[in-house]
Amino acid sequence: MKKQRLIMRSIILILLGAAVVYTLYANFTKDDIQKVEVGKKAPDFVLSDMNGEKHRLSDYEGKGVLLNFWATWCKPCEREMPYMDSGYKVYKDKGVQVLAVNIGESDVVVNEFINRYDLSFPVLNDKNQEVLTAYGVDPLPITFLINKDGIVERVHTGEIIKEEVMMDMMEEIKP
Amino acid sequence: MANLSSNLLFAAFILYLVAIPFFGGAIKQKNGSKEQKSPNKWANIAIFLTIIGFIAQLGYFITRWMAAGHAPLSNLFEYTTFFGMCLVAAFILIYFLYKTPILGLFVLPVALLIIAYASMFPRELSPLIPALQSYWLQIHVSTVALGEAILAVSFGAALIYLVKSVDQSKRSKKTVWLEVVMFSIVSVIGFIVVTTTFSLMDYKATYNWIDKNQIESTLEYNMPALVGPHQGELVETGKFEPIIEVPAIVNAKKLNTVIWSLLAGVLLYLLIRLILRKRIGAALQPLTKNIKLDLVDEISYRSVLIGFPVFTLGGLVFAMIWAQIAWTRFWGWDPKEVWALITWLFYAAFLHLRLSKGWHGEKSAWLAVIGFAIIMFNLIAVNLVIAGLHSYAGS
Amino acid sequence: MKEVKCECGHVNPHGTVLCESCGIPLIEEKTREKLLDMRYEGSARRSQTYNKTIIDKIWNFFSSVKVGVWLIVITLIASALGTIFPQEMYIPPVMPAVEYYEDQYGWLGKMYYELGFHNLYSSWWYLVLIASIGISLVICSLDRVVPLYRALKKQRVTRHESFLKRQRLFGITQVENKDIPFDGVIENLKKKRYSIREENGNILAEKGRFSRWGPYVNHVGLIIFLIGGMLRFVPGMYIDDVLWIREGETKVIPETNGQYYLENKEFTLEVYDKDHEVFDEALSNSGMVAKNYQSDVVLYKRADNSVAGEEAKLDQVKEFSIRVNEPLKFEGYALYQVEYKLDELSTMSFHLTNKETNEQFGKISVDLNEPETKYDLGNGYSVEVMSYFPDFEFNSEGQPATKSRIPNNPAFVFNMITPDKPDGEISFVAIQQTIEPFEDNEYKMAFAGIETKDVSGLTVRKDLTLWIFAVGGFLFMVGVAQGAYWNHRRIWIQRRDQEIWIAGHTNKNWHGIKREIKEILEGSGINEPDDLIKETEDK
Repeated sequence: MKKQRLIMRSIILILLGAAVVYTLYANFTKDDIQKVEVGKKAPDFVLSDMNGEKHRLSDYEGKGVLLNFWATWCKPCEREMPYMDSGYKVYKDKGVQVLAVNIGESDVVVNEFINRYDLSFPVLNDKNQEVLTAYGVDPLPITFLINKDGIVERVHTGEIIKEEVMMDMMEEIKP
Repeated sequence: MANLSSNLLFAAFILYLVAIPFFGGAIKQKNGSKEQKSPNKWANIAIFLTIIGFIAQLGYFITRWMAAGHAPLSNLFEYTTFFGMCLVAAFILIYFLYKTPILGLFVLPVALLIIAYASMFPRELSPLIPALQSYWLQIHVSTVALGEAILAVSFGAALIYLVKSVDQSKRSKKTVWLEVVMFSIVSVIGFIVVTTTFSLMDYKATYNWIDKNQIESTLEYNMPALVGPHQGELVETGKFEPIIEVPAIVNAKKLNTVIWSLLAGVLLYLLIRLILRKRIGAALQPLTKNIKLDLVDEISYRSVLIGFPVFTLGGLVFAMIWAQIAWTRFWGWDPKEVWALITWLFYAAFLHLRLSKGWHGEKSAWLAVIGFAIIMFNLIAVNLVIAGLHSYAGS
Repeated sequence: MKEVKCECGHVNPHGTVLCESCGIPLIEEKTREKLLDMRYEGSARRSQTYNKTIIDKIWNFFSSVKVGVWLIVITLIASALGTIFPQEMYIPPVMPAVEYYEDQYGWLGKMYYELGFHNLYSSWWYLVLIASIGISLVICSLDRVVPLYRALKKQRVTRHESFLKRQRLFGITQVENKDIPFDGVIENLKKKRYSIREENGNILAEKGRFSRWGPYVNHVGLIIFLIGGMLRFVPGMYIDDVLWIREGETKVIPETNGQYYLENKEFTLEVYDKDHEVFDEALSNSGMVAKNYQSDVVLYKRADNSVAGEEAKLDQVKEFSIRVNEPLKFEGYALYQVEYKLDELSTMSFHLTNKETNEQFGKISVDLNEPETKYDLGNGYSVEVMSYFPDFEFNSEGQPATKSRIPNNPAFVFNMITPDKPDGEISFVAIQQTIEPFEDNEYKMAFAGIETKDVSGLTVRKDLTLWIFAVGGFLFMVGVAQGAYWNHRRIWIQRRDQEIWIAGHTNKNWHGIKREIKEILEGSGINEPDDLIKETEDK
C-alpha cells in the first residue's frame, strides 16, 4: 500500500517534471529552429541563372552543392563573394557545384554586381521568393552545404570570413 | 437622439442621488423596531427610485446605441458609464435577495462617483476603428463590465463590514487603512470637482515644449499648470506659470491633473474631518448598527462567487476569442490583458484563502477591498498611464 | 499504516478527522471545538499523513494550498512588473532594445532591461512559476478529490450526536410522540429537489453534491489549458509568419509547403468622412479616423507537382476580402490584415529632353522592380540603364549604393544615346536631383511622373493547439459555474427519545439554506435550527 503510493507519486512527479523541462528547453531553442534541417533532404527547386539557363537542384545529385543566399546590398554577402569564386574555381572539377541565389533583385542590379566581381559560378535569381520561403531564409547571408545525396550536411548562418573556411566547406561536401 | 440620450443619463444620475437619503432613512427607521423583517416605506421608496433611475440609464444606453449605430461601449466614457449601470443592476439584484437597504447607502454613492467620473472624459459619439468593428465588442465589453460590477458589490459589502467591525475607539493600523480607502473615494470627488470647475471656467493654457524625442510640440492644459512640461513655454499671457517642470518622459498634463485631484481630495477630506470631528469611518459606524456582520460577509463572498465566473468569461474567455480574431493571437501580454489576468489571479487567491484557509470576516473584507482597487487600477491607470492596444480613449 | 476503527464500526483511512460514516470526531483536539471544521468533510488528506521520502516531501510541498496561494501571489506581482514599461515586442523597431529602454526611461529603463523584464513573460523563471502553479493544481486536486469522494460516498444517514451538535445549523425540538411521521417534511424536501435517504426513521436529505466537484473540474480545465500552452512549443503546432504582398502580385504563402498562393488585387484604406452627421464632433477633435483596412485577394492552390521556383499550375480556391476582424481561413491557416504600406513606387517615367530647346524625344516608363537594360525610342534615340539603386544612399565610402531591394528612393545612372551623341551622355538621376559626372550634358532625363502601388502586410497563422485551449477554457467555465452557482446542502433529521434533532450544512450561502429549512419545516411542528455562529456573535 505504502510502496504503491510512493511509486504512484514518483511517476506523477516525474511526468510533471519532464513536461516542465521539455517546455523550458523548447522555449530556449525555439529561435534556433531551421526550416531546413541538417540531415534531411534539401527541398528541390528550379531557378534560372542570369543567362536564362535552368538549374534544378536534384539534377546535381552525385555532386556536392554549396547553396548560398545573398543580396547586392548585403555587405557580408559582398565580402564573401570573392572567396566563393576562388573556391569554385578550385572545386568545380572535383565535383562541387556553387549555386548563389539572389533574393529577387532586378536583373540590372544583379548583372552589374556579377560584372563588378567577375563571378564565374551560376547566379540564380529567386524572383518570387519561393525558394527563399521554402528554405526559410532570414537573415542574409546563409549557406547550405548539401552532399552528393542531396542531404543537408551543414547550415552556416552569417558571413564566411576567410577563404580557408570556404575551402574547408567545399572539401566537406566533395563527393 | 443623442440629446435625449444624455438627458436620460442625467435623469438617472439625479434619481440615484435622490435615492441615497431614502436608503439612509430606511436604516434610521429600523432603529426602534428590531424585529421588523420586511423593508419599510423608506426602503421601498429608495429602491423604487433606484429602479426608475436604472430604467432611465438603460434608456440612455439604448438611445445612444441607436444614435451611434454601435453599442456605446467603445471608449472610456461609455465603458465607465456602463460599468456604473451594471453596478446599480447588481445592487438591485442583491437587494431583492437579501433586503439590505444599508448596501444601497454604500453602493449607490460608488456608482454615482463612477458615472460622474466617466463624464469627465470626452462624451461625443465617436466612430469605431476597424479593430472594434465586431459583434464581440458588445459581448466582451458588456460581460467584463457586468463581472466587474458584481465584484464591486462585494467591495461595497466589505466596506460595510469594515466600518462596523473596525474598532474606532483608538487609532490603529486598521483605522488608518480604512481612512485611506475613504480618502481615495474623496479624491475621486476631488477630481470631479476640479475638472468640472475648470471646464465651467473654460480654462485653457497652451504650452510649447520639447518632448522626449527632442521634438517641439504643443500641449493644451485645461487646468492651471502646477506642473509644467519639459522646457515648456506658455503661449498666451496672463495664465498661471508652472511651479515646477518635469522631465520629458513624464506626462506633465496627466501628472498635473493627478496633483490637482489629490490637492482637492486632501482639502475636502480635511474639511470633512473638521466638520465631523472624527474619522470618516467612525462617523459612518452608527449607520451600520443594525446590520449583521455575517450577512454582509456572506453578501461580499457570494458577490465574488457570482462575479468571478462572469468576469472570467468576459475578461478572459471572450477576450481571448476576440483577440484571436482581431489581433491574430488570443493572448499577447498587452498591459490590459495582463491586468485582467492579475485581477483573475487575485480573486482566485481570494477564493482559495476563503475556502481552504478559512479566511472569513475581516480578512476576507480587506481582500475584497484590494480586489476592487485592482479593478479600478485596470480601469483608470492602465487606460490612461500605461499605453497599449486597449488605450482607445485615453485623452 | 494503521487504519482507524470508529466506534460505529466503520474503518477509516489513517489521518481521518471525522469518521466517514457517522461523523464522530476521531482526533482528540477536534472533540473540544464548538463547531466542526467541515472542509473536505474531515477526510484524510493523504499529503499530511506520509512524510518520509524526498518524493513525499516534494509532493506535500505542492499539495499545500498555502504554497498554491503563494505561487498565485508571486505570479501576480511578477506579471504586474512586466507592465511598468512596454515589453520588447511592443517597442518600435527604431533602435536596439538595449538602447531603447535607456533612451526612453533613463536608468530605470536600463535596469528594467538588465533584469530581463523587457521579456518577462517568456523568461525562464516566469515559465517556472506558471509550471509550478500547474504542478500544484495537479497534486492539490488529486490529494483532495479522492478522499472527499470517499467521504461523501460512505456517509451514513444516522450521524453521531457529536457530529450533529457541532453543525452550524442545529436545533432540538421536544415532542410528545417521538414517532410522529415526517411525511410532510419529506414531501417538502422532495419539492425542493432534495434526494432523501432514510434509516431507522432518521433522514438525510441532500442536494447539489455535484457542486463539490466544481473546483476539481475547473482545475482539470486549467491543466488542459496549460498543456495547450506547452504543446505550442512543439514544432509545427504553431506558425507565425508575415507575408508582404504588393497589389497585382501573386506570391507563395509561407509555411504552406508551397501549396498555397495568394494574389493581391487591391488594398483599400478608408477613413471616416469629416462631415459625418453623427461623428463630426469626435472627428474634428481627433482628426482622421480609419474606417476600414481591406485587402482583396484570391487564394490559389498548386495543382501540379512543380517545385519551388518553377511556374506552377494554380487552381483558384476562392476570392476574399481580408479585413480586420475578418481573416481568410483555409485548411487550418488564417491570413489576417495587420499592416499596410501605401503608395510604394512602382514605375517612374522620364522624357528624354534637350536641355536647351526643351524638345522631347520620347518617354520611357521604368518598372522599378525590374528595369529594362535598354529603352529604344526610335530614330536613333535610346536610353540605357547603366546602374540602378532602388533604395539609394551614399555608402560609407561615398559611393552610390542601395539599402534594400524596395524602391523607396530609386536612383539611376542613365546613358542617353542620341544621333548627335552616339556614345551617349551619362546622367545620374535620383529623386529631385541630377548629377552629370563628366561634362555639361546636352540632354537630360526629365521627370514625367510616377505610379504607385499599395502593399498589404498579412499575418500567416496556423495554430493546431487552439482546440485544446478551447476545451480547457470550456471545462474551466463549467467547473467554476458548477462550484459557484450550485450549493451542496444537507439536512439531517434524527429521532432521539422524546426529541427530534435537526442539523443543516451547506458549503456556502447559509442565508439560502436557512430560508429553505424554514419553508420545509413549516407546519411540521419541528423548530427551526439555530445558527450557532450568529448566536456567538450576538453575545
